[in-house]
Amino acid sequence: MSLLYMSIANRLVTYLQLLVVQGIILFGTTYLTLTEFNPVNLILIMLETLVFKAVAVPWFINHVIRKNRITRVTEPYVPNFLSLIIVTLIIVSAIILASFIKDEHLDKTFFVVALSTIFTGLYLIVSRKKIITHVIGYIVIENGVFILSLAVGNEMPMLVNLGIMLDIFASVLILGIFFNKIGDVIKDPDVDLLSNLKDN
Amino acid sequence: MMIGIFLTGTVLISCGLIFNRNRAFSYVLVCAYIALLWGLGLYEWFHVNDVELGFFRTDSLGLLLLLALCLVALPALFHGFRYLEKHNTDETPHSKGLFFGAMVLLISACAMAYLSDHIAVTWIFTEITTLSASVLIYHHRNIRALEGVWKYVFLCAISITFIYVGILFLSLSMKKAGLTDMSFGSLYDNRTLLDPYWLKLSFLFIFTGFTVKFGLVPMYTAGIDAKDKAPAPAGALLSSILMNLGFISVYRMYGIMAHTPLQSWATIIMIISGGLSVFVAAVYMTRIKNIKRMLAYSSIEHMGLVVLGLSAGGIGVYAAILHVLLHTFVKPALFFQYNQIYWIYQSKSINDVGNYFKYNKTGAIVILLAFFSATAMPPSGLFVSEFLIFQSLFEAHLLPLLIFVMVLLTLIIWGFGSNTFKLLFTPPATIDESAVPAISPWESFSQFALLALSVYLAYNPPVELVTLIQEAVKLVQ
Repeated sequence: MSLLYMSIANRLVTYLQLLVVQGIILFGTTYLTLTEFNPVNLILIMLETLVFKAVAVPWFINHVIRKNRITRVTEPYVPNFLSLIIVTLIIVSAIILASFIKDEHLDKTFFVVALSTIFTGLYLIVSRKKIITHVIGYIVIENGVFILSLAVGNEMPMLVNLGIMLDIFASVLILGIFFNKIGDVIKDPDVDLLSNLKDN
Repeated sequence: MMIGIFLTGTVLISCGLIFNRNRAFSYVLVCAYIALLWGLGLYEWFHVNDVELGFFRTDSLGLLLLLALCLVALPALFHGFRYLEKHNTDETPHSKGLFFGAMVLLISACAMAYLSDHIAVTWIFTEITTLSASVLIYHHRNIRALEGVWKYVFLCAISITFIYVGILFLSLSMKKAGLTDMSFGSLYDNRTLLDPYWLKLSFLFIFTGFTVKFGLVPMYTAGIDAKDKAPAPAGALLSSILMNLGFISVYRMYGIMAHTPLQSWATIIMIISGGLSVFVAAVYMTRIKNIKRMLAYSSIEHMGLVVLGLSAGGIGVYAAILHVLLHTFVKPALFFQYNQIYWIYQSKSINDVGNYFKYNKTGAIVILLAFFSATAMPPSGLFVSEFLIFQSLFEAHLLPLLIFVMVLLTLIIWGFGSNTFKLLFTPPATIDESAVPAISPWESFSQFALLALSVYLAYNPPVELVTLIQEAVKLVQ
């Protein structure tokens, strides 16, 4: 549902609230599915989903928005109604795709959710104008990948776990530092300003 | 053991470089790093196929690329020093330290990724190369550099996610086979047991993810902006050792697919990507006016050829590896030389340059020789490998593709050539001759050495080189 809402949401604040909701949902699903995990590992995942995804990242993006005085409107390229239809189509095709796969090692519900989240994230990136929405789109993709790793199996190896941490850490670190820098160099971080690097 | 020393040394030295403000001490640190890197290269030479720290194993391809990296890192760091001292008057000790710290990290991360025997470890080091490369691209702290680094970081972040998804799918296909060990060695041994459906998806995602480093369609775009905006010595590394990182990762993934029924499917994917890359390079090379971007597109062309050779099979695999190696020496020579062009004309547009022979004779000879090398005209070393790639395409009955590629290459040579000869012989539009700096011929020494090395290795390859390449070829044939 949050994906559908996100496709039509106009204000950046709404995006952030939706990210929080997604983080909490992730926390819930992990808690319910990963019962046979050892406590240390479980705490790590909990920390990641609840603290990192649901609190830290939205707070940080909010901070960046305030600091750089980004206007609150998302400026989509396509009308909201069309977006809604496209995201619905993405979800439906994910369900159809999943129904073709016969694999007992795979949890299909997770697989559907993961696929649709990843593609919705990609769609958010290409359909919105602002850089900050691109970042949010990327974090949605990250959430999708996280669900995918749940879909792939409960006995997630520690390495994969670490991978997620590194992934989020690096992306937020780069994007974050970088966003503060954008504020220093240009005052209005629209992607329009960053389209002059061309050939010839 | 040696890898442990190397990793600790790298972390210490790069931290030292970042926080140190003393010029002489940073020289010492960089020299120490070079010694460490060469030590690693020599050590691994005598310890092929030893497993270290559980996740690292030097296979022959990794060793070859590591040795090439050692050879290129030395002039890259030297030109880095020259660049910072001559080019920019507003460099602070802090920005210099950051530059060298990032260079050291980038070189080490590439070296470790070559030696890693585990896809997840390769993934981690690929992430580190993104981090360090973005510091290098943003070196000039202006809005254009910011745009370059933003695009690079964003595309790399997406591609690293793709690779991660690919790894997840790979683990699914391993689960079907009942495998738990994700090291490349174990995957090669059990490649026939892997579930084909998930393996296909996994290859698709991992290949797409690594194209950002490899410089192929679809993700090549970020690399072009990065090489344009990064200082030229860093650009030299981005278009040689970092592309090799993409190559070795794709090669290892392809190694899993080889000897299975999926090989022909993987080949088709690679042919599409390689053919399109050469096409894109040809389109841009004929109309490009920015020298650095022209060099970057030339790298795209070469990587396209490499992947075509790899997918054609036969002698093509040998040729692809040789091509990658020789390209590692030729392209940095051009990038190092670019700095001298910039010092003279203060511009990177082909419209502002000309009569280079008059202003910098040695540099002009390097440009001329490097042009012959990069467009693979004899006596260039790349001619040998490119010829072998064409031969393999012919033998694989891919004649239409071969003709298509040859037409594109003619266009590329025309575009590259018209720009190069404009630089060398046509008088420039405006130039203040009193402001032209005198450039010592010694600054071109490393370029001559690299070009000569590429010719020597192609026409008179040492036995060790041939054996190592043949060892590496065995993985897919």
